[in-house]
Amino acid sequence: MNDTRMTSLQRVLTTLGHQEPDRVPLFLLLTMHGAKELGLSIKDYFSSSRNLVEGQLRLRAKYRHDCIYNFYYAPLEVEAWGGEVIYSDDGPPNSGEPLIKKFEDIKALKIPEIGRTSVLEKVLESAQALKQQVGDEAPIIGVVMSPFSLPVMQMGFDKYLQLMYENQSLFYRLMDLNTEFCVNWANAQLAAGATAICYFDPVSSTTIIPRQMYLKTGFNIARQTIAQINGPTATHMASGRCLPMVDDISKTGTTMVGVSGIEDLQALKTACRNKLTLLGNLNGIEMCRWGIKETEQQVKQAISQAASGGGFILCDNHGEIPWQVSEDVLMTISDNVRKWGRYPLN
Amino acid sequence: MNTIIEKFTQALLEVDRISTQKIMDDHVNQIAPVKFIEKIVVPSLEHIGEGWKDGNYALSQVYMSARICENLIDEILPPGDPDRKNQPKIAICVLCDHHKLGKIIVYSLLRSSGFDVMDFGVVTVDELVDRVKEEEIKILMISVLMYPSALKIRSVRKQLTRDNVDVKIIVGGAPFRFDEELWKQIGADAVGRTATEVISLVEKLTGDL
Repeated sequence: MNDTRMTSLQRVLTTLGHQEPDRVPLFLLLTMHGAKELGLSIKDYFSSSRNLVEGQLRLRAKYRHDCIYNFYYAPLEVEAWGGEVIYSDDGPPNSGEPLIKKFEDIKALKIPEIGRTSVLEKVLESAQALKQQVGDEAPIIGVVMSPFSLPVMQMGFDKYLQLMYENQSLFYRLMDLNTEFCVNWANAQLAAGATAICYFDPVSSTTIIPRQMYLKTGFNIARQTIAQINGPTATHMASGRCLPMVDDISKTGTTMVGVSGIEDLQALKTACRNKLTLLGNLNGIEMCRWGIKETEQQVKQAISQAASGGGFILCDNHGEIPWQVSEDVLMTISDNVRKWGRYPLN
Repeated sequence: MNTIIEKFTQALLEVDRISTQKIMDDHVNQIAPVKFIEKIVVPSLEHIGEGWKDGNYALSQVYMSARICENLIDEILPPGDPDRKNQPKIAICVLCDHHKLGKIIVYSLLRSSGFDVMDFGVVTVDELVDRVKEEEIKILMISVLMYPSALKIRSVRKQLTRDNVDVKIIVGGAPFRFDEELWKQIGADAVGRTATEVISLVEKLTGDL
């Protein structure tokens, strides 16, 4: 079951063009599993770009998936803004106490300078090193938090929702700062070697805000931001729903959308066909307790629901596979994409 | 009454504080505050909570509705008011992460429904076990966002059982929405998949205790 006809990048580009490649592309968005490969704690692993490069290369050699994921952890950008990161032995680093404690703090915020912020430099170093190693054989995925979703970690979800509803002036001031940073940060990663940018925007999901609110806020912010990013983007809802807003998302200029395991993949495929490539939607939380049979069935089902005609990359639904997901499950996903995902599909 | 519930619900969904205040002011002159809560506030919040579960409404609407109602109810039924519910000791916390939104929503909804709830804030496993014992809590609600935090509830249960503490644990948060079996695996007594489900569970458990 070797893939000989296309490189990973060719496979991904073909599906992005809504054509069928040799088989369904697979993105295993693994972050912490690199630490397991190197026998390091999660904290030690993320302390050095060299660890991440080695971890990503080993993971790809092992599971034969179709991308390199140059993503460390979600609160990395907040760390660059001066926020706190809390490490865990068995999960992703998490954001600590918010750096914006009251609305007025927004007025004093300063945008991090990318060249002078060590945590961001580390990401650029690994993007460069990965590009040297991988070249154009596989896409290297860089990551940004959308300007509209970053405030959840900058100020806490509750305060951010209050800001959105009750203080438009400071809300837009924060959006201006975050947009400038997001564009700079995305373009720096592309210049360093990333092939595409994953634009995490869960707050835009209809799980979090009503579509009418999205059209007034997250939609315009995404359209303005994505227009300034010098490369392709994938908008990721990080498990949030997006079916009612697929047409809106396609108008933001993005090429892909990361979708939730709690939405109907077939309905999403119908809505996205020839407009957006679907990235999803294996349930990362349930995956922690899947056995081999269940894994095969889930892979088979996702492929049958969404892979016809291209425009589909098999992936988890959150953009970060939990630490607790076993090697056996990951290997089974990889094997079964090769078994059931060959085009033309049966 | 249904028309009033519809109007109140619509005002909540539109985050229209002025209209919600007016509806309450118009009605608490005619019916007792506790009846206004039971007949208008709780059904409206239940409708919005169910709508979120079905994908018809958004979390921001659940959150803002809960906060608006909490403020309204505090006006007519302050904490400690004798008309508040006669209840066992209830506490809520976030375990091992800093994502407080779910806890705030459930806290606000319970207070909007007339319950008094102790807020333990963000706690570690050991801190939580100590607080439950000190305060003699009978119903404990644990909110988590991160999967590893959900797994730590198993340690809370284990330590409380070891120390013969009789407490019902209700869990909630994203990991439990994505894995329907998880709450049983970590030793909880119940799961609330929405904040309004938690109210029903607390109502039931307070009846049983």
